[in-house]
Parts: sequence; C-alpha cells; structure tokens
Amino acid sequence: MTRTRRGGPGEPRRIGWLYILPALVIYAAFLLWPLLHGAWISLFHWDGLGTGTWAGLANYRQAFTDPVLRGAFLHALVLVIFYAVLPCCIAFVLVAAMSRTKIRGLTFFRTVMFLPQVVAMVAVAVGWQWVYSENGPVNGFLRFLHGLGLPDWSRGWLGDFTFALPAVGLVGTWVEIGLAMVLFAAGVQKIPRELYEAARVDGAGPLREFFAVTLPALRRELSVAFTLTTIAALRNFDLIYLTTSGGPGDATKVPAYEVYNRTFNTGEVGLACAIGVMIAVLAFAVTVGVGRLVEGRS
Amino acid sequence: MTSGRTERIFNYTVLIVFSVFALFPLVAVAAQALHLPDLDLSTFGDAWRQGHFGTYMRNSLAVAVGVVLVATLLSIMSGYALGTMDFRGADALFYLFLAGLMIPSETVVVPLYFDLRSMNLDNTLPGLMLPQIAQSVAFGTFWMRAYFRSVPRSLIEAARMDGASSWATLWRILVPVGRPAILTMVVLTAMWTWNEFLLALVIINSDEGLRTAPLGLSFFQGQHQTDYPLLMAGALIVAAPVVIVYVFLQRHFIAGMLSGALKE
Repeated sequence: MTRTRRGGPGEPRRIGWLYILPALVIYAAFLLWPLLHGAWISLFHWDGLGTGTWAGLANYRQAFTDPVLRGAFLHALVLVIFYAVLPCCIAFVLVAAMSRTKIRGLTFFRTVMFLPQVVAMVAVAVGWQWVYSENGPVNGFLRFLHGLGLPDWSRGWLGDFTFALPAVGLVGTWVEIGLAMVLFAAGVQKIPRELYEAARVDGAGPLREFFAVTLPALRRELSVAFTLTTIAALRNFDLIYLTTSGGPGDATKVPAYEVYNRTFNTGEVGLACAIGVMIAVLAFAVTVGVGRLVEGRS
Repeated sequence: MTSGRTERIFNYTVLIVFSVFALFPLVAVAAQALHLPDLDLSTFGDAWRQGHFGTYMRNSLAVAVGVVLVATLLSIMSGYALGTMDFRGADALFYLFLAGLMIPSETVVVPLYFDLRSMNLDNTLPGLMLPQIAQSVAFGTFWMRAYFRSVPRSLIEAARMDGASSWATLWRILVPVGRPAILTMVVLTAMWTWNEFLLALVIINSDEGLRTAPLGLSFFQGQHQTDYPLLMAGALIVAAPVVIVYVFLQRHFIAGMLSGALKE
C-alpha cells in the first residue's frame, strides 16, 4: 500500500490518535489480549481451576496425535466440501442461469436464496433437526418413495454414524449457497457484454462460454467466496453443538466444538486453547492460500 | 428460437428448484409453528411463555442496541481518523484493526471466559457486549475508513476553510452524507450481535435471567427434545426480528456483505 501525503499545513495530525483511542482500547482489551492470552494458555497443561504446569508444545502435538482430535480436523475437511465446494459449484450454475437469458424477478430469487444467511444459526439448527427427525419431512419423503417400491432409506439421520456428518454438512450447503451466488452475481455484472458476444460469434455453446468467459472473470469472486465459506466450515460450532453435540460417538466432532468441549467438559483448557489457535492459523492460511491459488496474486 | 426457449425454461427451473430448497425448511418450520393451514397461534403463545422468550428477547435487544450504538460511534471516529488524517502509525493501526477481522470467536472465547471472570464481568450484559463491540469495531473501522476515503477531499477542505473543527466537520458534514454507509454497518452489526451464540453460551453461563434469545432457544430445545411444533415456534421467534429487517433492507445486507468481503 502506498502512502500519500494528502494534507496541507493545517491538517490535523496527532489528534488522529485521540479519535482512534476509544476504539483501540476496547479492541485491544477484548479481542487482541484474549488472542495473546489464549496462545499463552495453550502452552500449559491446565484444568481451569488450579495452577497450570508448563507444557511447551505438547498440546499442539496432542492435537495432531490424539485420534479424536485428528478426526475432528478431518471432519472439518469433509465439511469444507459441503460448506465451500458444493455451494460454489451450485452458485456457478445459478449465476449462469441468471446471466444467459433475461430473467424476471431476479431480485426475488436473489433475496430468497440469500435468506438462509441471515437466519440465526441456532434457529437453523433447531429447524433442520426437525427436518431430519424420525418423522420429519426427509424421512416422510423417503417413506413415500418406499411406498412406490423403492428400498426404505429412512433413518435417524443425525444419529447415524455414517450419515450424521454429511447431514450436518448439507445444512452448511443450504446456508452458504446464497453467499456464493450473491458474490458471483455481482461479479458477472461487471463482465463486458462484448466478451459474451465475441464468444457467441465464435460459436461457443453455454458450456464453453462459461469456461472461456465467465469463470476466468470471476476468479476474484471465487477466491473470496471459497475463503469465506471454508472459514465458516472451520468455525462451525453452533450447528454441531445444537444438532449432534459431536455424536453419535465422535462422528461429528469438529475443532470448534472441541474447543468448548475440552474447556468445559473435560478440563483440558490448554489443549482447548491450542485447538483455538490452530483454527485461527488455518483460517489465516486459507485466506492467504486461496487468494494465491485462485487469483495468482502474491 | 427453440434452443433459446429451452434454455430459458431450463434457467427458470434451476432458479426455482434452488429457491424452493432455500425456502422449504423455513416455510416448513413456520407451518409447524403456526399449525398451517389452520393458523393456530396457541403454540406460539405456549413457546413464548414456557421459553421465557419475553425476557430473552429483551436481553437480546439490550445487547444489540448497546453493541450497535457504542461500536458505531467508535468506528465512525476511528474510521474518520484513518480515512482522512495523516499521522504517525496510521497504517500500522489500520492493519492492526484489519487483523481483527480474521480472529475467530472460537479462538478467543476460552481466554475471554477466564478474563471476564477475573473482572467479575461474566454473567453480566456488559461482559457479553464488550467482546462483541471489539469485533464490531474491527469491522466498523475498516468499513468507515473506506467510506471516509471515498469522500471528496474538497468537501473536507471547504469545511476547514469555513473554520470548522475536525470534530464539527465529522458530525455536521461527513456523517449526514455517509448515512447509507453507516446504515449498512448498523444493519450488519445488529444482525451479527443478535445471532451470536457461542459468546452468549460461555459468558452467560449461570444467570438464567440474562440469557439472550439464541441462548434461550438452545435451552428450550434441551427441555422439549421432540415437541417439534413448540420448538419450531421458538425458532421462529428468535429468527423473526432479523428476517423482518432483512425483508425491508435486503439491499443493505447484501451490499454490505458483498463489499465488506470483496474489499478485504
């Protein structure tokens, strides 16, 4: 970033600090300090009550070697497919459908598909728990199919060792489609019409047009959408806490849930803080890494 | 133009299918809660009373209003300084606030719990507000700085020529002009605060009277495991305020999330 000196001689200078001070104090005390404090706690074995003993990097080592915790990070990776990859793919289809022909009610479609983004995650979780429940709409539909002669696929989705994680992931897909779609739609509007006309003159079909014109022009938007949704997958706490509490067994344990679980249920506060730090580091790495990979910027 | 027509039908089909996917769970929840199509509000009343949602909604409102007011005021001031003034350390401060956008609540929530407890701020509404003000200020400073940088330089110069102090220039000229940008920030901050769950769960850990609406809903769910109409009514109560504001101000929500994300 280049710094330009824009002020004249009468420009206020040090007074700038006064304007910033109140914001800085609260920000430093309630966000920066806890971050450092958390990193410090992560270097101790501490149950949250007595005095801790120095652990060095043992908590981080444990996060990599403990099978439950390794599983939690692996589950987060699976959730990335549901939170980031699927929504981005679906959003591309949606945006292609919105941009190739004139669509009536575009604002309506956009408003509706973005709606899951604004609903409190707690309400989303409670609602979807019913959707997946024993006699909920999903099983109702599957039993209807069973009645038509198909096998009976109904089950308690959130209590199933195989299907609980994908079931929770699908809720993430439902939430994040709108975000990716809105980002891509804004990007498509900025693509010069001439590029499409040129592609059509060259005889490009919808598919080739998409890969030759739309996708390259949306690299920045794709990078942002993928970053935001991946971080949402990494930070998933509310949904897991309210629908499965990490169960059945350890089948849906994720890092953010383990931060809470290890602090308040098993008294491994140092370990919990280490997992917290790892979430922050991963989120940062995703931000930088995806930007580089997709946009090719340094 | 058969291919054009086929394509148009295909496009509408895709959009309608995913709109139904987005709406179905929400509509189904509302239908359960309201006993549609008969429309019976009694479950709603039951949920409101049994879940103590009157108290919890009031707490949520108090927290949201407090966070929005303080964070908006502080963000306007710090964004003004970083967007229009040149002073030593300004760039470093900007990056410091920007870093705050990347600190997940999940990383700070455990140390915050112990910090707030040592200050006797756990199980208090200010204790729940302060960390959220800090998060909102990180976003708000970034957001308002972008707005103040977009203001024509001549506007500020002219105010100074007229002898206005930097404080008067801010409140009499720049803030009124910047109302749309400020409204977007207010709407987003209010939504994030209203919907926050993890911080409320950890900070309001024993005083039932101080629970926020999302926290109240989680305990309500614990008590009424499978009484789905009742639970859906609770979910609807908690989600409704933000959804209603969204319906009226959807442009601000979408524009804010968009430009907030793309500028990063």
